Amino acid sequence: MAHSDQPLSPTPQLSAAPGSGKRGTLAETLISRAIQVTGISTVVLVLLIFVFLIREGLPAFVQVPLADLLSARWYPIEDYFGLLPLIAGSLIITVGAAVIALPLGVATAIFIAEIVPDWVRDILKPMVEILAGIPSVVIGFVGMLVIVPLFRVAFDTPTGLTAFTGIVLLAWMALPTVVSVVEDVLDTVPRTYRDAGLALGMTRWQTIAKIVVPAGKSGILTALMLGVGRAIGETMTVMMVTGNAPRIPSGPLDIFRPARTMTATIAAEMGEVAQGSTHYHVLFAVGLTLFVITFAINLAAAAVVFRRTKRAERMLS
Amino acid sequence: MAQMTIQNKGSDTIVNLALAWAERYQTVRPEVSIAVTGGGSGTGIASIINGTVDIANASRAIKPEEIQAAHAAGIEPTEFVIARDAIAIIVHPSNPVDTLTLQQLSDIYSGKVRNWQEVGGEDRPIVALSRETNSGTHVYFLEAVVRLGDSDDRTLFSPDVLLLPSSEGIGAEVRQNPNAIGYDGLGYVTNDMKTVAVGLSPGGPFWEPSASTVNAEEYPISRDLYMYTAGQPTGTIKEYLDWILQPEAQRIVRDLGFVPISE
Repeated sequence: MAHSDQPLSPTPQLSAAPGSGKRGTLAETLISRAIQVTGISTVVLVLLIFVFLIREGLPAFVQVPLADLLSARWYPIEDYFGLLPLIAGSLIITVGAAVIALPLGVATAIFIAEIVPDWVRDILKPMVEILAGIPSVVIGFVGMLVIVPLFRVAFDTPTGLTAFTGIVLLAWMALPTVVSVVEDVLDTVPRTYRDAGLALGMTRWQTIAKIVVPAGKSGILTALMLGVGRAIGETMTVMMVTGNAPRIPSGPLDIFRPARTMTATIAAEMGEVAQGSTHYHVLFAVGLTLFVITFAINLAAAAVVFRRTKRAERMLS
Repeated sequence: MAQMTIQNKGSDTIVNLALAWAERYQTVRPEVSIAVTGGGSGTGIASIINGTVDIANASRAIKPEEIQAAHAAGIEPTEFVIARDAIAIIVHPSNPVDTLTLQQLSDIYSGKVRNWQEVGGEDRPIVALSRETNSGTHVYFLEAVVRLGDSDDRTLFSPDVLLLPSSEGIGAEVRQNPNAIGYDGLGYVTNDMKTVAVGLSPGGPFWEPSASTVNAEEYPISRDLYMYTAGQPTGTIKEYLDWILQPEAQRIVRDLGFVPISE
């Protein structure tokens, strides 16, 4: 992380012990081996998933002409395999959820970490964590029975099963992730930074906006990344509230119309598809597309975080 | 007594019903186990002709060319109607539309008609709801309603049709949204939604979906569900097929949203 210069952080000392290998006891060696194995297996698992997706997904690009995959019609039981409506649906809902969840989450985190007294914080923090633990199917169920009828009347749309309903519910689900991550990062901004700001005659708001938040920028980006990851991969909730109509949006107001995401498509159709059929391979190609998009987002975010860290370090040194 | 296995394969529409029967039959005759697989009506009938299964499930009647193929293989397929499948058209209770023709339903689901006014209702947009494409009900609705039973018709569902993963999803939307129209197996219809009477021509007659109009073969969106055996069944297979027509097994038919063949 960006805060390697912190004198009070206990982590470096702990990780130093197994690192000095030779004098370690048997238990320490075993533990460090176990950690190595879990660490490596994570990488291996991701690679295996990628290989599996490619193996099952690539035949789709051979069996279905690229022009068909890039067409606007998704109706797999009659061999219409246009992926555009699905990609559009996923992107709209993910971007929408991030746009709502990020500012709200950062503001909530600042409020909890910087503004409220400790006893309020002790109540708010566990509540945010409980929110994170609600199963997505429960949120989908609440959405289907409460939010969907409400939005239909509130926005005067033909149906409440819209992309926007999905966006709001996904933002709600991504919020606890964003709040927790940002809050933890703000926590690690050293006390002395704040004191310095206040000593220069800045107000509390100026200290937060000009010093604390910029110092935690990399963490906020991580939060955005995790929030987007949560939103693009979420399946159950969107399947229950977005109407799943594979239509291409024709304008910005179409977020108040139904949409179909890639995840919902895979979940809805994979159960019944004949193994080895074109439809089966196309569903894996959809999964591959999803994987590539998430991978690209992660890579981009990592690159930004990395660059920022180096600049921050330069400035501090 | 030795363990006996009945191989049962075919229609995906019937597969859950066949599984439920197979499970219940385990409690009636523990020594008989029934292996149920899906794959489609055509797969099931082909397997009967190949002699790889004992009972084929089909959601359509056997085709003349399949009978020919069976005869060529020296097999006389025997047909049993084991249940009926009827699709009810459901709308919000406040919707004033009482009747629709098959043609109007086809126009609604293919996107040609988009306002309730065009079919005698209020000035409201139509929100058409469908089951997901993997549902047997979806495929049947496509063939019998959207394409009006014409196998050369390539009409598709409009991309604006909402595809909901469950009967519950369709029910929840129809109950609360006056714009909505949906379809589902007759067994899934509850009292808090309104069923629309369906007719073949604008002048009528129109039929409400019910066990009696389905069994009288009046209600237009209904079909028989079949099992086929190679020749007259004997022994264990005959006992099983006889049991399927008993009230105990036919109650399962109703529980799964189909129409029992007799009351």
